[in-house]
Amino acid sequence: MPNLKDLKNRIESVKSTRKITKAMQMVAAAKLRRAQEAAEAGRPYAERMLAVMSGLAASVGNSEGAPRLLAGTGSDQTHLLVVMTSERGLCGGFNTTIVRLARAKIAELLAAGKTVKLLTVGKKGREQLKREYGDLMVAHVDLSDVKSIGYGNAAEIANDVLTRFDAGEFDVASIFFNTFQSVISQIPTETQIVPAKFDAPEEADDAATLYDYEPSEEAVLEDLLPRGIATQIFTALLENAASEQGARMSAMDNATRNAGDMIDKLTIQYNRSRQAVITNELIEIISGAEAL
Amino acid sequence: MADLMQFDLVSPERKLASVEASSVQIPGADGDLTAMADHAPLITTLRPGILTVEGPEGTMEYVVTGGFADVAGPSVSVLAERAMPKADVTGDVLAELISDAEAKHAAATDTAVDVAAKLVADLNALKDSLGA
Repeated sequence: MPNLKDLKNRIESVKSTRKITKAMQMVAAAKLRRAQEAAEAGRPYAERMLAVMSGLAASVGNSEGAPRLLAGTGSDQTHLLVVMTSERGLCGGFNTTIVRLARAKIAELLAAGKTVKLLTVGKKGREQLKREYGDLMVAHVDLSDVKSIGYGNAAEIANDVLTRFDAGEFDVASIFFNTFQSVISQIPTETQIVPAKFDAPEEADDAATLYDYEPSEEAVLEDLLPRGIATQIFTALLENAASEQGARMSAMDNATRNAGDMIDKLTIQYNRSRQAVITNELIEIISGAEAL
Repeated sequence: MADLMQFDLVSPERKLASVEASSVQIPGADGDLTAMADHAPLITTLRPGILTVEGPEGTMEYVVTGGFADVAGPSVSVLAERAMPKADVTGDVLAELISDAEAKHAAATDTAVDVAAKLVADLNALKDSLGA
């Protein structure tokens, strides 16, 4: 049986751990609210953008001169996977779920004889993927200095992706991120961004066909597609940020509860040991007195 | 009083304005245009410029760069990459935008050169019109 001093130290250390996890949980809760607000605020833009683009894509998409970003390069040999994870750990299974999805995709593509390139956003995902697929990585985006994600960050990533596309480095690009569902549930998601894919527009969208386009449908589309990609990346980053905080909050909530349980158990153990010591002393005194 | 329409100005990060307006002057890529209620449906890309909104609550001016406007009968939505109330735009902000655009111009190749040059010119014109 461990002695009393050890137990006491142990309890103290678990107590301070609980304080830390509790604080982290509260910080995550505050950040989560902010991240959710940011995601909410970005929604009108993304929705409008998508609506206009899918309308345009439907009318231009099948013609000969459709932009390459929409029509694709005509092959699907080289895939670029943009894996977005967090910069910091202690957020439960948040990073692992994304990486698992990405890993499954990589394995599938490699098995089909395709070339895979990886672009990682966030340190944690890179660490997890580096061991197995380190030679596939082409670039890494570091967001550790970024306090709150702005459109500028997304535009930079989009620019990087587009430059690579123009240079013919890949044919198909997809992004991997977690969609925020609730504090306890984040859904790892894969979205193809190049060539742009849209859900078929709601049937017979009369309003969309009546639009005048200035300068021209093609020119508008050409202008919009890169923005659309940036917007998709931005939305993904925001979802990811909210998911990360949500995951951290529930992970820290669990940790706090576990620490509490552990303290209870240790305290009982401590009290029992103390009682045993007292009993021991009494027995010694009594048997000493009897011997006299 | 002219008929009113719904006007929304959104940037990727937030909604800047959502008000009733009687007319909206939009800096379209091919030139300025003013949209009033029941304008024919139109989608146009934007060039950097000043967006003027006239409504019952007075006139508001915003500086926008890039993006597009979606004009559809009862509503006008402007989706701008960057949008700021005119009063907030200082010479520094513009100078930064211009130097960005010039850097892009220098790095551009093929057809992108003309596009980048136009962006620089538009930004400079914007700067002149603001007197910044």
